[in-house]
Amino acid sequence: MSNTREVISSGNELAALAAVDAGCRFFGGYPITPSSEIMHTISDLLPKRGGVAIQMEDEIAGICSAIGASMSGVRALTATSGPGISLKAENLGLAQMAEVPLVVINVMRGGPSTGLPTRVSQGDVSQAKNPSHGDYKSITLCAGNITECYTETVRAFNLADRFMQPVIVLMDETIGHMHAKAAIPTQEEVEAGIVTRKTFDGPAEEYKPYGVAQDEPAVLNPMFQGYRYHFTGLHHDEMGFPTEEIETCRKLIDRLFRKVDEHVDELESNEEYMLEDADILLIGYGSASLAIKEAIHRLREEGIKAGLFRPITMWPSPEKRMYELGQKFDKVLSVELNQGQYLEEIQRAMGRKDIEKLTKTNGRPFSPQDIIDKVKEL
Amino acid sequence: MAFNYDEYLRTEKIPTLWCWGCGDGVILKTFIRAIDKLGWKKDDVCVVSGIGCSGRFSSYVDFNTVHTTHGRTVAYATGIKLANPDKHVVCVAGDGDALAIGGNHTIHGCRRNIDITLIVVQNFIYGLTNSQTSPTTPRGFWTVSQKAGNIDPSFNACKLAEAAGASFVARETVNEPRKLEKVLIKAMEHKGFSFVEVVSNCHINMGRKNKMANAMATLDWIDSITLPKKKHDALSEEEKLNYLPTGILKEDNEAEEYCEMYEEIKKVHQGKRGKITQDDFKKKL
Repeated sequence: MSNTREVISSGNELAALAAVDAGCRFFGGYPITPSSEIMHTISDLLPKRGGVAIQMEDEIAGICSAIGASMSGVRALTATSGPGISLKAENLGLAQMAEVPLVVINVMRGGPSTGLPTRVSQGDVSQAKNPSHGDYKSITLCAGNITECYTETVRAFNLADRFMQPVIVLMDETIGHMHAKAAIPTQEEVEAGIVTRKTFDGPAEEYKPYGVAQDEPAVLNPMFQGYRYHFTGLHHDEMGFPTEEIETCRKLIDRLFRKVDEHVDELESNEEYMLEDADILLIGYGSASLAIKEAIHRLREEGIKAGLFRPITMWPSPEKRMYELGQKFDKVLSVELNQGQYLEEIQRAMGRKDIEKLTKTNGRPFSPQDIIDKVKEL
Repeated sequence: MAFNYDEYLRTEKIPTLWCWGCGDGVILKTFIRAIDKLGWKKDDVCVVSGIGCSGRFSSYVDFNTVHTTHGRTVAYATGIKLANPDKHVVCVAGDGDALAIGGNHTIHGCRRNIDITLIVVQNFIYGLTNSQTSPTTPRGFWTVSQKAGNIDPSFNACKLAEAAGASFVARETVNEPRKLEKVLIKAMEHKGFSFVEVVSNCHINMGRKNKMANAMATLDWIDSITLPKKKHDALSEEEKLNYLPTGILKEDNEAEEYCEMYEEIKKVHQGKRGKITQDDFKKKL
């Protein structure tokens, strides 16, 4: 970040600002704690910049309207919390299948079900990997502080248009509602970095929106511009028309995976904090990482050298880096506000079962002391 | 000269997957003629459909087309229309699609009075999935999910749309394609949410099990349960319950259209006018 501006704001408000700065011009949503401030903020910002923010009749309609707007060529956002993701799941699947870019913010709260509406959790990490039925590859980013509520939302819009699929941004109640000073990129800086959707500008009769290389996303031209094609959640051919032809069906799902798998380098984003000289590896993400960092400082004052690995792109996971770290560190502690959802991924990536865990699911954030006590037990 | 439907069809997708004699074909051709008469450019039209037999409608017509999830046509269309208020957005949904799983979106689309046309292909049954009860299946009819006879009361879709706030509501049948064409033209021209229920025949998965084993028998039955609005109005309240009125049932050209009102929101935020108050609306509540 070369050009920044200082703001005093909250994570939710910064996510809304990021969306409009990144060129989002449509928001469809439904009130839900603790994400509602995103809708409150964007419903002022969008009409000011010529866009539309609409409160729909339910969570499902919120995402459907956003997908519809995006199909027509407009950058679109929906924001919610876990219960809303559960309701939006089927249409997230349509956006995966029809390759419609979309940013979906989930400000996590305690679950399952209605859970703890005003309390923090990181209980939707597993859900974010496969919210909808069927086989597809999710892209999920996780903001670890209020600045990242801005920067990761911007990145999500660019990735959505690059990979032509929904991108989920995980936030949580703590950072969504946290008010603080933050240094965020200037609007000009964000605009200069915008990745626009690929379009086809040859003759319409040669246009095949889904007829692309096996590791590439669909090329979906905006509607109403002379390239008439078809969107469907059914298995479809190069023109988007429903088909059950065996090879076409195989190739479609294969491509939905390969377009992500073969370009993970464009997605990966991690933070390594005081890891170089560390003896103990802590792995955590989101707001939990704030307590972890404070704990690391206090532990080091006592001569215990701990360091943090923080995935920012959660799905696909940084499996190669986690494997390397698993080889390097004997003591590994996973810290998350759930019963160990990402721990399973860490174990898989590291090929180890002997990972210690610190979990919390009572709706309260970690205190640094929780982490210090656990590290001292290791 | 015969009307050239091919101009508007994706001819390589024909024949359709609809059964022989299905009313969907009548609706498809009538819709195309209506669009042609309106003179709308194909590029300016978006057709959004849901799931079911009618869901395939969008794949046969050469417009910008979207085949959505079950029941969500109006929700998708709302996003498309709000992002492109100068374009034409038409939804096609079945009775199960628009009135059961998607009922919430239907009533809220009507309530907002957004400039979308919703064509409900009403054949009294879930046809594609083999004869389950729909919200419009008459009581006493056989369905595969109620083999003892359906006991669920049926929706009057047009009354629902009218009460929910649609500013244009009409019902026609596939028996009267000329009338249907006129109604569709009016509906699509109308500024605001236009709701058109088209009573259609599913003789295969509805008629066959209810003593109407061919298209003609089902079409005759449709004739026997529908009456032009004028004739229907003349019936006693008790008699009215046995017939569905056809024709334009509501046409309100004064109601505020949603996209136009959203332009006012933009003006407020851009400092071009004061806040919206109750005085901006003809009806206060």
